[in-house]
Amino acid sequence: MDLTFSPQEIAFRDELRGWLASNQPDAEPTDGGEDAHYAWRRDWQRRLYDAGWAAPAWPAEYGGRGVSLSESAIYFEEIGRARVPMAANVLGLLLGGPTLMVWGTEEQKERYLTPILSGEEIWCQGFSEPEAGSDLASLKTKAVKDGDEWVVTGQKVWTSGAQYAKWCMLVARTDGEVAKHKGLTYFLMDMEQDAVQVRPLRQITGEAEFNELFIEEARIPDTNVVGGVGNGWKVALTTLMNERAGLGFALQIRLRQLLDDLIAVAAERGLLEDPLYADALAELHVRCESIRLLAWKGLTDVERYGQPGPEGSLVKWLWSDSNQRLTQLAIDIIGPEALTWGSNWTYEWLRARGNTIEGGTTEVLKNIVAERVLGLPRLKVAA
Amino acid sequence: MDFGLSDDQREIQRTARELLAERAKPERVREHAEAASNDDALWGELCELGWPGIAIDERFGGQGLGQIELSILCEELGRALAPVPFLPTVMAAAVIEQDGSAEQRERWLGGLASGETIGALGAAVEGTAELVIGGAQADVFVLIEPDGSARLLGREQAEVTPVASVDPTRSSASVSAPDGAGEPLGEGACAGLGRALVSASSELVGICDRALAMTVEYVKDRRQFGVPVGSYQAVSHRCAQMLLETEQARSTAAFAAWTADADPEQLAEAAAMAKACASAAGREVTAAAIQLHGGIGFTWEADLHWLYKRAQIDAALLGGAKRHRARLAGILADRAGASAAV
Repeated sequence: MDLTFSPQEIAFRDELRGWLASNQPDAEPTDGGEDAHYAWRRDWQRRLYDAGWAAPAWPAEYGGRGVSLSESAIYFEEIGRARVPMAANVLGLLLGGPTLMVWGTEEQKERYLTPILSGEEIWCQGFSEPEAGSDLASLKTKAVKDGDEWVVTGQKVWTSGAQYAKWCMLVARTDGEVAKHKGLTYFLMDMEQDAVQVRPLRQITGEAEFNELFIEEARIPDTNVVGGVGNGWKVALTTLMNERAGLGFALQIRLRQLLDDLIAVAAERGLLEDPLYADALAELHVRCESIRLLAWKGLTDVERYGQPGPEGSLVKWLWSDSNQRLTQLAIDIIGPEALTWGSNWTYEWLRARGNTIEGGTTEVLKNIVAERVLGLPRLKVAA
Repeated sequence: MDFGLSDDQREIQRTARELLAERAKPERVREHAEAASNDDALWGELCELGWPGIAIDERFGGQGLGQIELSILCEELGRALAPVPFLPTVMAAAVIEQDGSAEQRERWLGGLASGETIGALGAAVEGTAELVIGGAQADVFVLIEPDGSARLLGREQAEVTPVASVDPTRSSASVSAPDGAGEPLGEGACAGLGRALVSASSELVGICDRALAMTVEYVKDRRQFGVPVGSYQAVSHRCAQMLLETEQARSTAAFAAWTADADPEQLAEAAAMAKACASAAGREVTAAAIQLHGGIGFTWEADLHWLYKRAQIDAALLGGAKRHRARLAGILADRAGASAAV
């Protein structure tokens, strides 16, 4: 057991810290709405890219630095600590690119990877459907072969960034005759066509981070199939595994910062002397630390043994629940001011409500832990 | 960064688990619990193997290994519910080694390392500790006051009244230092307390792990309405919750054990975190184990109550979750004050 960073990791961290200290994004736009905000993040990504910091985990041959999993985690910790925004094309960088590196043809890698890295082409993720949420493999969007093209019709939901995206990682049913996991294919769909309509989905915070996609006979060239026809479930799992690995580190740092902010407010108001608040804050502190330790343990297990332990699902579950508790406690500590529409704490509190649903609901995570970690029998459900 | 055990540590873990699976079988533990007696043969064997002195310096006859190795043994002994005075002895030894004068260390550590001397440590208020585990048989006592100051007493200096605690797998006593009997141990708040807290936390991790394993096995096997009860999500999700709490306790205890040897500046905070986490987990996980076993879990024969009872004793030992969260809140307040002053 050695819970310190290696000299190489420290050098990596210091280099990044140094760069971030002298390269801050422009001031966050205060008006212009989500479009201005997105443009600001896109501009920031371009600067990361120019300096070689857009995706250090990518292999050097694709424009990354080929850093280790630990260094990649350090990258997200430092990005979080510097309180700079996430790169605009986060789904391309964390999900799309790595998926193509595993499943893409040489031509696809050549064509798509660099514009992902620079932020020139934004990617979105077309997996969930109105009737296929946790039960993703039951999705109904259909793709039919027509010459050397596929014709796609269906509906997708919870597609973040779709209004800015050039490419969609789309999973569609190409064979309705076989078992549900087997009839799926993974496509790259061009979003710039009339057959794809994007409608914003307004969420409880008032903004529209996500969209619905209405797809009516959209056309996808056969060369945009990723990983082969009928292999979509496996390719999608690669995407989903990357989703949990990379984002986890950014999220735990964000939780730590919110907690530090809240402790500072509580201290200012003398509430750390109040045993009830002190206890609640100390409990969150313990949770925050155990999330950090579990996240690091999961990652170093992958480095050491080549496979993750149970930590991945536990970290997401514990993080989402803790973020909800923290932001709810903030309402108590800050008082009515925190319930003013438009305040930052109001936003954090409302946004946290989605944490236990997005990226695997807590209920599904508990099923995963029960079945795959503890080996409990699966509940038989009607097909 | 590496959370894995070294090959040597893994070997200690494997040997300990195998030995205890053989020598501390549930039926044997039950016999000793029923008779409220220690397993002297097992204790003798552990002493021959040098377990009590694993983390004591070689100068005093110990093995000179660290808190991580000691924590491995505490976890395994917790898992087995071994009826031996190991935890109280190593907790007392840690404080004497960290805080004692040259003379005090010379006087006591050799015997504690070999296991010939049994130690006990208790949280006292004005010289009296109400429930000291291992207390009825201990040869040397460490009493820690709320301000963290410690006193050292030989058996003949202390007033010892045996108490029957809810956990008969280890003896207990109420221990007093009448009129300032004994001698001060170190100055100010004692430094060995952090290590004692880590050892107790590690024992709780072992208890949680065993309670979870027994429960998972049971709910896979037990059938109602034609299916294993573990296939119902009301049951399986609570098992998942048990794992979550166990893993939180495990990761914070491992971190605290590591800081004890590698980064002692962080030990006080890490130990409070570990004990807060493990105390809460110990109570919750063993309670859930009884619930998920249904009626059988409430019976004397099911053995779960021994885990539940020892978890309660360990959780309360040197302060429970609330006490340690209060300590952490103090640390957070100091830190917030310091950063506000900058």
